[in-house]
Amino acid sequence: MNGVEGYIYPNEITLYWSVLIVLYPYITGLVAGAFILASLVRVFNVKAVAPAYRLALLTALAFLLVAPLPLQLHLGHPERSPEMYFTPHATSAMAMFGFVYLWYLMAVLVFEIWLDYRRDIVLLSQSTTGWKRLLYRIMTLGSDNISPRSLVIDHKVGWIVTLVGIPSAFILHGYVGFIFGSLKANPWWNSPLMPVVFIFSAMVSGIAAVLLLYMGITKWRKMPIDMPCVDTTAMYLFYIFILDFSLEMLDLIHRVYEADESFRTLNFMVHTKLYFSQIVLQMCIGTLVPILLLGIVQVTKLPALIRKRIYVVAGCLVQVGVFAMRWNVVIGGQLFSKSFLGYTTYKMGLVSREGLLMAIFLTILPLGILWVLMKLLPPWPEKQHVPLPAATPAH
Amino acid sequence: MSLTKDAGHLFRFAFLFVVAFAVFLVVRHFVVPKSFGEYGHYRGAAIGEIAARPLHYAGHETCETCHADILQMKKAGKHAGVNCEACHGPLANHAGDPSIQPAKLDTAVLCIRCHAASAAKPKNFPQVDADQHSGGIACETCHQPHSPAIQSGGTK
Ligand code: HEC
Ligand code: HEC
Ligand code: HEC
Ligand code: HEC
Repeated sequence: MNGVEGYIYPNEITLYWSVLIVLYPYITGLVAGAFILASLVRVFNVKAVAPAYRLALLTALAFLLVAPLPLQLHLGHPERSPEMYFTPHATSAMAMFGFVYLWYLMAVLVFEIWLDYRRDIVLLSQSTTGWKRLLYRIMTLGSDNISPRSLVIDHKVGWIVTLVGIPSAFILHGYVGFIFGSLKANPWWNSPLMPVVFIFSAMVSGIAAVLLLYMGITKWRKMPIDMPCVDTTAMYLFYIFILDFSLEMLDLIHRVYEADESFRTLNFMVHTKLYFSQIVLQMCIGTLVPILLLGIVQVTKLPALIRKRIYVVAGCLVQVGVFAMRWNVVIGGQLFSKSFLGYTTYKMGLVSREGLLMAIFLTILPLGILWVLMKLLPPWPEKQHVPLPAATPAH
Repeated sequence: MSLTKDAGHLFRFAFLFVVAFAVFLVVRHFVVPKSFGEYGHYRGAAIGEIAARPLHYAGHETCETCHADILQMKKAGKHAGVNCEACHGPLANHAGDPSIQPAKLDTAVLCIRCHAASAAKPKNFPQVDADQHSGGIACETCHQPHSPAIQSGGTK
């Protein structure tokens, strides 16, 4: 049969989880990673990263808004999705995710962004006109109190929200790893390390994404790139990457040493069908090379221009590597037969509902949303067209 | 006093959540079917609705009350354990009103459904590669469907 080698059960021939299911953990990973970067500033007081703080929050929001779309397109009945909330099913991890998502979106991200921007929103609602004014007025929720005391309160509450947000971000993405890791029928997925590996690779991809976006947008705005900011971000990226790499190696060593009954099949798969995406893309180009590049920056004193170029190259490679990792997990886990005697092939559609073009569209869409968000809520103080008046005391 | 004033906007935000939750509860009240959760995580009324649907299968005991001859033949043969409607399809309407003629079966497709050779089937289950075995001739030509085993002196 076309694309099938060896013996495979009939229901294993076509893959059910398509490229959109690859995209989904990739996107939620970016959300979690971007938020962790923001929390560095907020909770861990890493002042150097402050210029990228708001951008990180907006990036997280833009990607979070798109995160459910791959799932909706894959399942194909969006009108049924509210039932997940109306009749919650407590013993289904997939069903409970709706609540994790909503909590993270509303109670963490939107709330934190609102608190952080409240002063700007109030000022903008006073300086703009027309529909914009109306929009900002709605966003103020009818309160234009920006007295120093209220801002101090906002700051404190924001700190707590971020503190709560860190475990929430871990749950948001750890859950995705949990879904795979807890599937005992599939030896490629079944591993308690899966959620942890997912969280760390999420941090790596999210931090790298914000780093790239920050440098790209700053360049495009013809503003100087804040070198301490990108240097510090890259340093954290490097250390978290080392942790991520160690965990992935631990998982690998564990599998190789354990060598259970699935090992020969999986090993064969990694050396044939997954060779390019696993060994070449994920491990070499997407992990070892960027770690090496970032490591060189840590131990040598390179000029700023070279450092920036290294960050761009490393950031892009990280995206390739993390996307390849999601691909190898999701697609790789469906390529072999449960009989361990055969393999199938993934045929990706082009213009179908779950095809390549849709995947590309869903990758670009968050950037469009980010652009709108940045127009609405400018992340850079100096970009404001109105000079910020001194905060008016509360009446 | 001034705390409530300076934290007033936070209460507004919280109020928004309360309103959203109230709206959710109201909508939920209307969209979730009344009998949901009566017996388990599903609509209780679904059981009654499904039970009320027309039957399609009559069950082999019903067939046997009228077609005792077929039963006699089948009982002695290798298809003793195969139900009438596994081959004839759902015939509850015919069982209720015998003037409704059951559709003729095409053995060239029917038999292969169970007997096509496949490595996934238990070794001792009788299976044939239709092309080699009969070369497209209807299985009925040689096998009597209700007693399929061919005794010595068969056609082949
Ligand atoms: C109430 C008695 C009755 C019941 C119950 C009944 N049948 Fe019949 N069946 C008949 C009669 C009468 C005929 C018509 C015989 C004829 O025309 O020679 C018939 C004809 C048939 C025929 C077609 C014969 C032909 O010549 O094409 C098939 C096949 C058949 N029945 C199968 C079944 C099956 C399977 C069931 C069980 C779901 C069943 N019957 C239940 C009475 C019954
Ligand atoms: C292995 C499949 C199979 C099973 C099981 C089976 N049949 Fe048949 N039956 C056939 C086929 C094939 C024919 C011939 C084609 C036709 O008439 O549609 C047939 C024909 C008939 C006929 C009409 C011709 C005849 O031989 O008189 C009747 C009546 C009938 N079956 C009743 C039954 C009843 C009652 C049962 C259950 C006790 C039953 N069959 C079980 C396959 C089956
Ligand atoms: C619903 C599945 C099913 C269908 C349809 C079916 N069979 Fe069978 N067949 C069986 C089963 C079950 C046995 C018994 C196997 C055993 O004894 O282990 C059997 C046994 C047989 C045998 C006996 C083999 C032996 O051991 O000698 C023959 C021959 C046979 N079938 C031919 C046919 C023909 C011809 C048809 C089409 C009219 C047919 N079968 C349709 C399920 C089916
Ligand atoms: C030309 C006559 C002829 C036709 C047509 C025919 N068979 Fe047979 N079939 C036989 C003979 C003869 C045997 C061997 C009996 C034996 O070995 O005991 C047999 C044996 C079988 C067996 C038992 C095999 C085993 O391993 O025990 C099955 C099952 C079977 N046939 C199914 C079919 C099916 C299905 C069709 C229709 C696609 C079909 N036959 C068509 C003549 C025929």
